[in-house]
Amino acid sequence: MKKLRLLYIIPVILFATILLATDFNEYAEENNNRTFTRQTAESTEYFDQMMSALTHPRCLNCHPSDNKPKQGIEAHPHYFGVERGKDDHGFTATNCNTCHQEENNDFSGVPGAPHWGLAPASMNWEGLSKTEIATSMMDKSRNGGKTPKEILKHLTEDPLVLWAWNPGIDAAGNPREKPPISKEAYIAAVKGWFEAGAVIPQ
Amino acid sequence: MKISFNINGQPQSVEIEDPNTPLLWVVRDMLDLKGTKFGCGKAACGACTLHVEGEAVRSCSYAVKFAEGKNVVTIEGLGDRENPHPVQQAWIEHVVPQCGYCQPGFIMATAALLAKNPNPTDEDIDNNIVNVCRCATYTRMRKAIHRAADLTPSSKVLNE
Ligand code: FES
Ligand code: FES
Repeated sequence: MKKLRLLYIIPVILFATILLATDFNEYAEENNNRTFTRQTAESTEYFDQMMSALTHPRCLNCHPSDNKPKQGIEAHPHYFGVERGKDDHGFTATNCNTCHQEENNDFSGVPGAPHWGLAPASMNWEGLSKTEIATSMMDKSRNGGKTPKEILKHLTEDPLVLWAWNPGIDAAGNPREKPPISKEAYIAAVKGWFEAGAVIPQ
Repeated sequence: MKISFNINGQPQSVEIEDPNTPLLWVVRDMLDLKGTKFGCGKAACGACTLHVEGEAVRSCSYAVKFAEGKNVVTIEGLGDRENPHPVQQAWIEHVVPQCGYCQPGFIMATAALLAKNPNPTDEDIDNNIVNVCRCATYTRMRKAIHRAADLTPSSKVLNE
C-alpha cells in the first residue's frame, strides 16, 4: 500500500517540478529580456557618446581608408604627399618624426604625441558607420589581437588617443577643435559601454 | 635649464630659459652654426633639416629639450671642402644650387635617405625628398641624388 502511494506521489512531484521549472524559465527569460533591454538602452547612449569622439576628425584623421593621413577639421589629405609607408609611420627617411615629436610644438604649430603615427590599415575607419567602426575595433582579427580589456585600456589611456583633447595650436596660433564631448565624459562613456557588455547597436 | 648634446661630434651644453625653444634657434643663434636655414618655421619647407641620431629632423619644429644626450649633425658637420660627403660632392658636380638658401636642408634630407636606402628610385626620391626649393632646382637635385648614390660607399653614410 505504501509502495502504491509512492507511485502516485512521484508523478505529482515531477509535474510540480516541470511547472515550477517552466515558471522559472519564463521569469528568467523575462528578466533576461528586461536586463538586455536596459543594457541596450544604456549602452546605446554610452556608445553614441563614445562614437561622437571617435568619429571626430581629431581621431579619424589618423584612421584613413586610403593610406593618406588627413589634416585639419575638413580632413584634407596630409600635405607633402605623406603616406602610411611600411610601418604606419611614413616613408623611410621622411616619416612622422621628421616633423612630429612627442608633444605639440607651439612654435611651429605642429601637433605631437607619443608614438605619433597612423592606426594600422586594418583599423581604417574613414567612411565607415559607427557600427562598422565599433565592429572593427572589437574584432580581434583586425584590432591587432586585442582583448576587450586591452581595447578599453587603449581607448582610455593611450596618450595618442587622448591627444585629441590636447590638440594644441596650429601654425597661425589658433587652437585646434576638440571632440564634441569632454575627455572625462568620453572616458566615462567608454567605460560605461564596456561595463554594459559592449553591445554594438545594429 | 641646461641641455647637453653632441653636435658635429663635439659635446655641447646650452643654458636655456625655455626648453621648448626650437633646436634651429639654438643651432643658429647660440652656437652660431648658420648653415641650417629658417624658411617657414612650421615644418613645411625643410630648410631647417638637420640630423638627430642620424634621422632627418625639421629643427624649427624640434624642441631643444628633445636633443638632450643625443647626436646632432648639421650641414657644417656633414663634410668639408677637403672631405665632402658624397651628397655634397654630387651637388658640386651637378652645380645644383641657384640661390642656395634651401640647399643645406635638401642635402641633409638626402644624406639621411641614402643612409637608409643607398639606391633610391625616383619614387623613393619623390616620397622622401619633399623639401621646397623656390628656385626650382629639382631636376638637378634628382640627378645629383642618383649621382650621390653612385658615389656612396655604404660605410661613408653610416659613419655619422
Ligand atoms: S623652416 Fe623648418 S621646415 Fe621650414
Ligand atoms: S636654390 Fe634657391 S630656394 Fe632652392
